[in-house]
Amino acid sequence: MKFGDFVSIDAIRAQLAADDKESAIREMIGALLEAGSIASGEVESIVKAIMKREELGSTGIGRGVAVPHTKHPSVQRLVGTVAVSSEGIDFNSLDGERVQLFFLLISPPDRPGDHLRALENISRQLRDDSFCKFLKQAKSPSDIRQLLDEADNNGFAS
Amino acid sequence: MAEDAVFRTVVVNNPQGLHARPADLFVKLASQYQATIEVIKDGERVDGKSILAILTLAAVQGTQLRIEANGPDAGAALEAIADLFQRDFEVNGIVE
Repeated sequence: MKFGDFVSIDAIRAQLAADDKESAIREMIGALLEAGSIASGEVESIVKAIMKREELGSTGIGRGVAVPHTKHPSVQRLVGTVAVSSEGIDFNSLDGERVQLFFLLISPPDRPGDHLRALENISRQLRDDSFCKFLKQAKSPSDIRQLLDEADNNGFAS
Repeated sequence: MAEDAVFRTVVVNNPQGLHARPADLFVKLASQYQATIEVIKDGERVDGKSILAILTLAAVQGTQLRIEANGPDAGAALEAIADLFQRDFEVNGIVE
């Protein structure tokens, strides 16, 4: 599953204003709402579900990357966004490092395979150091979009 | 294969597959052992102590994985990992 299959282009954010975990998640959910990818009545419920998942164990999986996610019945297909924080955010990540790259995923409860394949794509691309580095340096949503497109077109695939 | 290398085949039974949380539990467990631990799916071999590496396998329910351990505590590591799969990654009564 490529980035283009689940990343909501208009919800990509290059410079997160948030400085803690919950506000970062709220900012990304807000971006998905503005992009029309989720319904306004579902925002609180989605934020709560993602925070609840974080309580089980941080989705900050190391190398400055986090994949906050949840299943949610309000979405018909996997939706997601990508955000970058140049400063990094304390996310209680597994390796203790601040998180600069966020891949947020919301999936329909009955599609665990799609979620796994999105995680597969994200983790595969992140093995490429230059992809990670360029993403962290992205200054605008179009920079990010371009990097995701290149990754989708095998620019970074190993 | 060196003398201390052992392997075992396990099956992913939980309906959600080997997603982020089970991968985290796997890596935390594997990292408690000195032995190197590798996970092999359809010939693709990844480091069992890296969550990013395990997520690249996208192991859905029913996937067979070969776990290879190599080192002084390889046997114990494999036992513990096989047990984690047997329990479907159940921790503190919560099935992940």
